[in-house]
Amino acid sequence: MNLAPATTERPAHSFTGPSNRVEEDRPVLSVHELKKYFRLSGGPFGAFGAARGYVQAVDGVSFSVAKGKTLGVVGESGCGKSTTARLLIRLIKPDEGRILLDGHDVGGPKGISVRELRHQVQMVFQDSYASLNPRHTASEEVSFGLSAQGVARSEARKRAQEVLDFVGLEPGVFADRYPHELSGGQRQRVNIARALAINPRVLILDEAVSSLDKSVEAQVLNLLIDIKNRLGLTFVFISHDLNVVQFVSDRVLVMYLGKVVEIGPVEQVYQSAGHPYTRALIASRLSMDPRRRISAPPLVGDLPSPINPPSGCRFRTRCPIAEPVCGEKEPLLVAVGNGPFHVAACHALAPRSGHSLAQQPVGRTVSPSGARVP
Amino acid sequence: MTADRPASGDRPSSCLLEVRELSVRFGFGASALGAVNGVDFQLALGETLCLLGESGSGKTVTMRALIRLLPRTAQITGRIMLEGIDVMALDADRLQALRGTKVSMIFQDPLTAMDPVFTIGSQIAETLVCHEGLSYSAARARALEFLELVQIPSAQRRLDAYPHELSGGLRQRAMIALALSCRPKLLLADEPTTALDATVQIQILLLLRELQRELGMATIFVTHDLSVACEIADRVAVMYAGRFVETGTIAEVIDSPRHPYTIGLFGSTVHAGTHNGLLTPIPGAPPDPSHMPPGCAFAPRCPRVIPACNERIPELTEFAPGRQARCPRITEAEIA
Repeated sequence: MNLAPATTERPAHSFTGPSNRVEEDRPVLSVHELKKYFRLSGGPFGAFGAARGYVQAVDGVSFSVAKGKTLGVVGESGCGKSTTARLLIRLIKPDEGRILLDGHDVGGPKGISVRELRHQVQMVFQDSYASLNPRHTASEEVSFGLSAQGVARSEARKRAQEVLDFVGLEPGVFADRYPHELSGGQRQRVNIARALAINPRVLILDEAVSSLDKSVEAQVLNLLIDIKNRLGLTFVFISHDLNVVQFVSDRVLVMYLGKVVEIGPVEQVYQSAGHPYTRALIASRLSMDPRRRISAPPLVGDLPSPINPPSGCRFRTRCPIAEPVCGEKEPLLVAVGNGPFHVAACHALAPRSGHSLAQQPVGRTVSPSGARVP
Repeated sequence: MTADRPASGDRPSSCLLEVRELSVRFGFGASALGAVNGVDFQLALGETLCLLGESGSGKTVTMRALIRLLPRTAQITGRIMLEGIDVMALDADRLQALRGTKVSMIFQDPLTAMDPVFTIGSQIAETLVCHEGLSYSAARARALEFLELVQIPSAQRRLDAYPHELSGGLRQRAMIALALSCRPKLLLADEPTTALDATVQIQILLLLRELQRELGMATIFVTHDLSVACEIADRVAVMYAGRFVETGTIAEVIDSPRHPYTIGLFGSTVHAGTHNGLLTPIPGAPPDPSHMPPGCAFAPRCPRVIPACNERIPELTEFAPGRQARCPRITEAEIA
């Protein structure tokens, strides 16, 4: 077992002190026209029979994440958030589209390998218990990835102790505990430690705090913000909780049925959303004020099936401002307001789209109550 | 059911439910664990009480104990009076008759709470045939009425749908229809919106509010989410380690939380507009029920702890009309 360390470019012990990776504003991770359709097999031959259809889980998604920033991804369940996350670290293979890490095509002919991608991009999952091996102690769990990379076992163990300490788990107490001996918050800290152990640059957090109790959620959120600042990490933060996304993100991406409907700086999106779906989502947040209760639902009905999504704009079946044009052609991402960084895919925002609201100055002029149903 | 009515008819008529010294312990002898350690409250018709707390605080066990819907290993003690009926004294048949008619319950996950091999319509109809003695066709007609009441679109067609064929939001509506089909006086709701998306969650909360106004029942609503409590509750009881630590109307508790745990919960909750900076979480974790602290269960995490906290369990004291908190320092000047 005399394996040479597989990666030596980056020192494994640079945990404290400011990192020099943060300065640039270049995208560290970007995706172009990412597409994933899941095949619905049917007929007498099961998986080998003719497809009954495809679940269009992710359909042409493009975005980029700048170094040291947090991109929040929101949307209802079934909108493709988690599939996007899994595509980002290639837990599933995209049907179409490219993933670029520092401009290098992942899996492409001149690009980097999936293995190299996973050295730099790591993921934390929602279910802290299911994502840990029940037969590994915290220390084994954290050092496993390092060992797999060829780091000597004693070295890996030493490093695991450091990382556990870093995420607030005292190694003397917790290193030899099994997952069932830890609380939910502690388990999620082990998951975070495992992701950090190999010194990644990007962390994908798929509902990483969603199943925790409020008081523990706050502890883990604080920890995440702290490690991001100390290590200069880049986050992709996926959550259905709009308040949490607003709290941690720099930019927000809103997904609906496999499509990006809006993307922009967090304050702009939350204060002057361009897309009617984003406005409805934001209006669905509860107020924390018993005197200002919500009196009418901002959005009715449920998400349509992603197997046969509506033609044109996928949101039109629930949209308060839908018009015939919305069923005819698919809206493209156009600028909201005057910044180039805030875009939304709605015909009502695109000049000359044929939508009756399109001529007006764009942005906050459309209210969800200004209903105009065809 | 007049036989179940005890002699004490002196309670105010508006009081539907009265719970005294309710405790639930699991296990036997010295190793028994207390999940609920003495809970007292009253509930009037038309009122909504929210039990707010984290997992393990005993909120669900409290609610289930009200209709004794707990495993046999659970030892329930205390007094539960529902419309003059002593729930603790009921035999199995009477208890069965009570569940679903006077009291019914909705659960967090409708897919596991409903029977997957029967249609929505037949499950609702079965309840009505069983409890109200309707014919099956009359029961089915009532089932349709209730599906319409909970605003399920194309209700006629949905009567013949199986639970897995409905979306999460519709399934939760179907379960509400099932729970309300015998017009209960008391609805127990166990985190009914936790598994739903924000857009659907608010639809279900609005529906529950509307139905309660229409049908006039009392509701006990269990949640861990302060913002959900703000939308639905009249009164709140904050639970920690099997005890109420603070009670009051929702507005009072939101405006001026007094127990350090409630204050900590507020600091931990990310609400609209919290951006940048850090949250102020409660340090540590809830106590292990097999190693409860001798005094106040919150003392090990409490920023305002004094020696008296560790000596004995503080009493739930009423410091203002309708406001109670379980903290020895509650009578001191305003908590910062």
